[in-house]
Amino acid sequence: MSYIKKPVARHPSLRPNALGLTIRDYEGSMSTLCAGCGHDSITAAIVRALYELDVPPHMLAKLSGIGCSSKTPTYFVSGAHGFNSAHGRMPAIATGANAANRALLYIGVSGDGDSLSIGLGQMVHAMRRNLRMLYVIENNGVYGLTKGQFSASSDIGSKSKRGEANTQPPIDPVMLALDIGATYVARSFSGDKAQLVPILKGALRHNGFALVDVISPCVTFNDHEGSTKSYLYTRKHQLPIVQADFVPPAAEIRAEYAPGTVHEVRMHDGSTLQLHKVGPDYDPTDRRAAWSFLSERQRSGEIPTGLLYLDESGSDMHAAAKTVSRPLAQMPFEELCPGEAALRKLQDAYR
Amino acid sequence: MEPTNIKDPAYFHKVVDCQWACPAHTNVPEYIRLIAQGRYADAYLLNRQSNVFPGILGRTCDRPCEPACRRTRVDEKPVAICRLKRVAADLKGELGDRLPRAPAQKNGKRVACIGAGPASLAVANDLAPLGYDVTIFEKAAVAGGLMRSNIPAFRLPAAVLDEEIGMILAMGVTVRYGAPITSLKALLAEGYDAIFVGSGAPRGKNLEIPGRYDSDRIHIGIDWLGSVAFGHTTSIGERVLIIGVGNTAMDCCRTARRLGGKDIKVMARKPRGYFKASPWELEDAEEEQVEIVVDHEPIRFVIEDGKLKGMEFQRYQSREENGRLAQTPLDKVILPADDVILAIGQESSFPWIEDDLGIERDKWKAPVVDKTTFMCSRPGVFFGGDAAWGPLNIIWAVEHAHQAAISIHNHCQGVALTDRPKWGMNLASTKMGLHEWAYKNDYNPVGRQKMHHVDLTRRFKELSLEVELGFDAEQTAREVERCLNCDVETVFSEKRCIECDACVDVCPVLCLTIAPGGQEKELRGRLSAPSVNPGQALYASGALPQTGRVMLKDEDLCVHCGLCAERCPTAAWDMQKFDLLMPYAGKPTP
Ligand SMILES: Cc1cc2nc3c(=O)[nH]c(=O)nc-3n(C[C@H](O)[C@H](O)[C@H](O)COP(=O)(O)OP(=O)(O)OC[C@H]3O[C@@H](n4cnc5c(N)ncnc54)[C@H](O)[C@@H]3O)c2cc1C
Ligand SMILES: Cc1ncc(C[n+]2csc(CCOP(=O)(O)OP(=O)(O)O)c2C)c(N)n1
Ligand code: SF4
Ligand code: SF4
Ligand code: SF4
Ligand SMILES: [Mg+2]
Repeated sequence: MSYIKKPVARHPSLRPNALGLTIRDYEGSMSTLCAGCGHDSITAAIVRALYELDVPPHMLAKLSGIGCSSKTPTYFVSGAHGFNSAHGRMPAIATGANAANRALLYIGVSGDGDSLSIGLGQMVHAMRRNLRMLYVIENNGVYGLTKGQFSASSDIGSKSKRGEANTQPPIDPVMLALDIGATYVARSFSGDKAQLVPILKGALRHNGFALVDVISPCVTFNDHEGSTKSYLYTRKHQLPIVQADFVPPAAEIRAEYAPGTVHEVRMHDGSTLQLHKVGPDYDPTDRRAAWSFLSERQRSGEIPTGLLYLDESGSDMHAAAKTVSRPLAQMPFEELCPGEAALRKLQDAYR
Repeated sequence: MEPTNIKDPAYFHKVVDCQWACPAHTNVPEYIRLIAQGRYADAYLLNRQSNVFPGILGRTCDRPCEPACRRTRVDEKPVAICRLKRVAADLKGELGDRLPRAPAQKNGKRVACIGAGPASLAVANDLAPLGYDVTIFEKAAVAGGLMRSNIPAFRLPAAVLDEEIGMILAMGVTVRYGAPITSLKALLAEGYDAIFVGSGAPRGKNLEIPGRYDSDRIHIGIDWLGSVAFGHTTSIGERVLIIGVGNTAMDCCRTARRLGGKDIKVMARKPRGYFKASPWELEDAEEEQVEIVVDHEPIRFVIEDGKLKGMEFQRYQSREENGRLAQTPLDKVILPADDVILAIGQESSFPWIEDDLGIERDKWKAPVVDKTTFMCSRPGVFFGGDAAWGPLNIIWAVEHAHQAAISIHNHCQGVALTDRPKWGMNLASTKMGLHEWAYKNDYNPVGRQKMHHVDLTRRFKELSLEVELGFDAEQTAREVERCLNCDVETVFSEKRCIECDACVDVCPVLCLTIAPGGQEKELRGRLSAPSVNPGQALYASGALPQTGRVMLKDEDLCVHCGLCAERCPTAAWDMQKFDLLMPYAGKPTP
């Protein structure tokens, strides 16, 4: 960690976004993570995505559990709402918050330990409900905060810093998400912002649960030879297959791709995601095909990355529960709680 | 683009914008840190090494360093580099035996200097400690040159001049006062081993327009200032026109204000933005209620009954066309005046250099002087200061003197003049701990401190009263914090980089980029932030180990906060203190 504050000096060509904010207005306090941690890079990508999407800081809610990764919401958008929950419990808090105030934009930041070990049950139910949120797993294959024990995402044979090999099979959040029915599923790498930023932007505009699993090397406990989540290993085995281009509403689509290599998906807010094939033949809108392609590639040791699956037609938790469109948080108390007489009437109806 | 050669001292020198812009390459950030630590004598001596006259320059320097200062690119105003120099000079205390001294044993070589201005004095400063016997011939009765005769005492008190000139004369330098050189041939005949011409540019330019010689109330600026300085002139009329808007004009108008002038106009041929005077000089003059009148060209003096009544001007309308000034004539106007002072420039003049000495002249009859060696075509005769290529300023005179002294030393020791000592550098890590550095890396957003001035009534009463009060302790404490420590350089070792992006992400001013290599021009187009200043270097690494991309740093806006190095897990970036090693006569760099 650094002792000094980030200098207020700015580059003169920083452009304000539609809200008059520059990218530096989306920063948070100085990171206290280890220098070189992949998580900090993801924070920088989130900052860029929020700035480019003109997100008003007060309309953003940042939620997390426990872990180095879960500390990062402090490092972006100081002006947003935030909740640091118990270990693995962020999805429940996010569900409650989203139920009460559907007007906010939700970002959950979690780790492989927080989401795949202690919080697995929580995460899959948020997926299943199609809770409208961006759910980032900063995946480093270890419990960083507690000094580098193997997590549920450690690969078989991956070596700890002390040289022991992991023997238990990993839980892959991407395969799990495809299986459970998540509607936006992506994998990326903290060292590849060109890929990550548009994925995050699409996820923030997605009408449902967006899982973004980001390989994020732990420089302190998991960046050695023998680790399968190091910078070098990830670079060697990453297989980008789908590049997403985010085109905001009413903006002109610039990139022209050869027919058959691109899927254009209209997002519910009018923006467009262009999913451009950069690797082998692949259809990011076919869940089954995606599942089998990915399991095959992963078995051969590759790490397919990109926006791997997208279904913008699903209905989110509010639609399924048929809640009112007005956020509950904005309703007067009398409307939210109509009183004892109304309760009795309701109960009578079930007698 | 090839990886940057950081072994060349010029690379990091250029990053230290102030030091690069300073003709004498004063180590500004280091002396500012010394002031911050209260080490005023050390700060003074460090200054003195390169600029010889810190107390004088801390009040009068043209300060090319300030417009160059990096701070102007991230904040509005530059660090008050010049006025901090004065702080060091004012508070240095006793220097005792820390000043250079002449050795008891002389080296047997005799050098004559013509004129006791800053150029000759600085030559003496460099040569006397090496054992040279230096004699300065000065036509006036005092030493200092234009610093004494033309820079008014309200800007530069005599005591400051006396002290710093005294330091040089105390090295056993001889000055012959009231000794104008009227024949170079005669001086050559005296058998000196070398002669340095530091006679300045003593002739004020004239304005040959009708009426010029019909009144004794039309003065040549530099002569008039000289006669005020030496007490021959003590008053002036109430309405004064100053022709020209350079440094001399600024001193003339402010001096006239003190001698009784009430309605003082500085007449400029061009509009603002095209003046030779620096913005701060204009500010100071206007603070003293001097009016600056633009777009007026003098066409004649108005003389009635043998008396000066005023001056007639052609007025112009100015505009910019394709970045150039275009002026259309308007009407003619007459402005009344009791006195007119011509401040339109100076030139050198060498009536005392004979034609048969083998000294080649240019088309203006000025001796041709070599830009590197400062020697003319006659071996052993050197030039510097305003005498070399016309009027410049004190700091240039000092730098000329350093170079001329190197040449004189070579000449006297039988070494080729072109065999000049090399520049060197030291680079040393400032890392003290995980996030601790041997310099204060915390950026302080405090604004430039404003110099306090003596109030107007007092300064108009006392001609020699210094106007600027100098920074007080609090102002100094704030101003030193504004320096960005540009000499603490970001140094990159590509072998260590794991391309984690931490440095790129943390940099507050988006200096850093990791990208596939390419040509510099094209690379500048794909940096983290647009390259807005092509004059600033792009620092490129070789291929990075993991991906073969390159690390790029646009030096332009770096605030030297060290965060890139703090956030780097492998210490691929380090903050290293750069020390430029400059050679002086008889003192080659290690
Ligand atoms: C009004 C005015 C204000 C200025 N203000 C500033 C300022 O604020 N800051 C700044 O940096 N610069 C300023 N300058 C410029 C600066 O003073 C000169 O550039 C500098 O003094 C030049 O130094 P020098 O040693 O070459 O010559 P000078 O200072 O001109 O010294 C030459 C000396 O040689 C003597 N001399 C000349 N001919 C002979 C001879 N034949 N024999 C013997 N002696 C001779 C002269 O009497 C004089 O003492 C100013 C100039 C003027 C005119
Ligand atoms: C209920 C509970 N159990 C255990 C812990 C100890 N603990 C803190 S962080 C952590 C693991 C964090 O791992 P991960 O989510 O991968 O985060 P990382 O630090 O790797 O980013 C554990 C087990 C805890 N804080 N609370
Ligand atoms: S321990 Fe690992 S995960 Fe935690 S901050 Fe350090 S590098 Fe990042
Ligand atoms: S020192 Fe490093 S982080 Fe700070 S401004 Fe310079 S390049 Fe950026
Ligand atoms: S922080 Fe260090 S290791 Fe990381 S990219 Fe920058 S220089 Fe390379
Ligand atoms: Mg982890």
